[in-house]
Amino acid sequence: MNQEQLQTIIFAELKTIAPESDPAELSPDENIREALDIDSYSFLKVLVGLNEQTGVDIPEADYGKLSTLQAMTEYLAARIR
Amino acid sequence: MFFQPIKKNIKSMAVQPNLTDYTTIRAEFSWEAVRRELSGLPGGQGLNIAYEAVDRHAEGPGQNRIAIRFLGKDGGVSDLSYGDLRDRSNRFANLLRSLKVDKGDRVFWLAGRIPDLYPIFFGTLKNLNVFCPLFAAFGPEPVQQRLERGNARILVTNRKQYTKKIAPLLNRLPELRYILLVDSTEDINEQVLSLPRLMAEAADMFTIPPTDPEDMAILHFTSGTTGLPKGAVHVHNAVQTHFITGRYVLDLHQDDIYWCTADPGWVTGTSYGIIAPLLHGVISIVDEADFEPERWYRILQEQKVTVWYTAPTAIRMLMRVPEELPGKFDLSSLRLVHSVGEPLNPEAVLWGQKVLGLLIHDNWWQTETGGIMIANYAALEVRPGSMGLPLPGIEAAILTHLDAESVRVEESDVEGELALRRGWPSMFRAYLHDEERYQKCFAGEWYLTGDLARRDADGYYWFIGRADDIIKTAGHMVGPFEVESCLMEHPAVAEAGVIGKPESTIGELVKAFVVLKAGYKATDELSHELIGFGRGRLGSAVAPKEIDFVDNLPKTRSGKIMRRLLKARELNLPVGDTSTLEGSTTS
Repeated sequence: MNQEQLQTIIFAELKTIAPESDPAELSPDENIREALDIDSYSFLKVLVGLNEQTGVDIPEADYGKLSTLQAMTEYLAARIR
Repeated sequence: MFFQPIKKNIKSMAVQPNLTDYTTIRAEFSWEAVRRELSGLPGGQGLNIAYEAVDRHAEGPGQNRIAIRFLGKDGGVSDLSYGDLRDRSNRFANLLRSLKVDKGDRVFWLAGRIPDLYPIFFGTLKNLNVFCPLFAAFGPEPVQQRLERGNARILVTNRKQYTKKIAPLLNRLPELRYILLVDSTEDINEQVLSLPRLMAEAADMFTIPPTDPEDMAILHFTSGTTGLPKGAVHVHNAVQTHFITGRYVLDLHQDDIYWCTADPGWVTGTSYGIIAPLLHGVISIVDEADFEPERWYRILQEQKVTVWYTAPTAIRMLMRVPEELPGKFDLSSLRLVHSVGEPLNPEAVLWGQKVLGLLIHDNWWQTETGGIMIANYAALEVRPGSMGLPLPGIEAAILTHLDAESVRVEESDVEGELALRRGWPSMFRAYLHDEERYQKCFAGEWYLTGDLARRDADGYYWFIGRADDIIKTAGHMVGPFEVESCLMEHPAVAEAGVIGKPESTIGELVKAFVVLKAGYKATDELSHELIGFGRGRLGSAVAPKEIDFVDNLPKTRSGKIMRRLLKARELNLPVGDTSTLEGSTTS
């Protein structure tokens, strides 16, 4: 899976929680939760969705390692099979 | 399942609790004695929260002690001493005076947890203005409703919030005189001014005018079942409750390092995130960032937090993280953990004991009560799942309504409405502009909380549920009516009924049942569109997270949506007597 495909998955998960948003407009280092108004409970749902779509196990302790688009993409890219 | 009461060994505690003999302290308690422990304004000029929390320390040996330790999102740490806080709040009070903001005028805050909050809060109170915080995750509609209903004169906010939520609404807010931007070094126009510029120009000496303890100090909006949000009015006298709960419940001692995780947009974030710790002269930790398990454990370790006040949603999210994570941190400074927002399930109380080595102490109160009313105490036995015993000075009871005006006080082990005998210092004094709704909250001498509960034979209170349709999600109240009205503004929606669907982490989740207008199809796309529509207008804190399409909504013969029935169906519970219903089938 290349970076573009990963971002497509990430955008789709973010759109499920925040359908009114346009995740493609996120800057790579912007805090996703703040930019898209996603509360901590809904952010967990995003992570669960990403796990289902990519097969990458995201322990909840790693929650803080996926706070920006760049971090999220790198985190998943490094672990995806 | 029944959980055994958990006894404490007081002698083994490193810090001896302030309240050990509950019965005696309760019997001998008087609010007059509490009032005498507070300084009062110099020269007998009354009682002002800002003086008690800030100036009386700043004018004594506490001047250079740290009041607020602020942890920035970027990892930066900045300290504000009691002396700094006095000087900077004086500047803001002078600034308000120079803008000709009159006594009682409302100053609103919409800028999250940043260092400016604290001087602005106390400066507002020093100039005898009224502070009203708004939660940053409110969308434009809740923000506008509250600003308008609260007669906002001044709004302190940031550029992002201003551009997104305020600028489009300005023509609907004729009473709003100035908007002060915390992150703009230049004025935008004659109405939208730079806070840093004004603060730099203001003098740092200010004498607090005489303050009647009954002068309005803080306005907190809370959601009602029907109609607009209610503005609960609190007065300076509330400081007595903040002080005594800081002593007996939070158990603050002078060397404590205290962390309250609540956002100042909610009442816990002001009563216990700003006022109570400073009254006791302790160091109060403020974290700008949102919840994140590892960050939170690191703060507990690095800041050597001793007393921690948090919420069930956060605790339950921490419970989902494997125990190895907290195991990596040294949490040995922590001696006391409190929780508020919704009932804390017994499993969470015991999780604290197992993972943090400390029980979690649940307590109960509301926006209207201004401070903690019923609590589990450091020295007393904890009954997991119980909200605990009433604060000394507070008389609680379980009532049954006999008719519109009269009630019966019940004995133990009877379920009924939780009530408090009126007259404690932090009781709300009004719902702004709504005397009728205020009066409806009382039956004779009793304030009716709207919560159902029971008391056991030993006086411990146990929460049962809400007596009305108000939704409690992640510790805050959402009025179903606000959400329904918003959804009905969407062209596809004919009707909407909104409930709190039980959810194990956040307590309840806002769920909407929607009847579509003819010509619209119930599709996933439309469901997403409605969720986005709600979020855009109401913000993530209020908007529905789930939508179900139905053919019709159950209503009473007078046309009122039976939300209780929607909820019963959602939970597959027996729906009870439906004889007063019309249209009682759903798809």
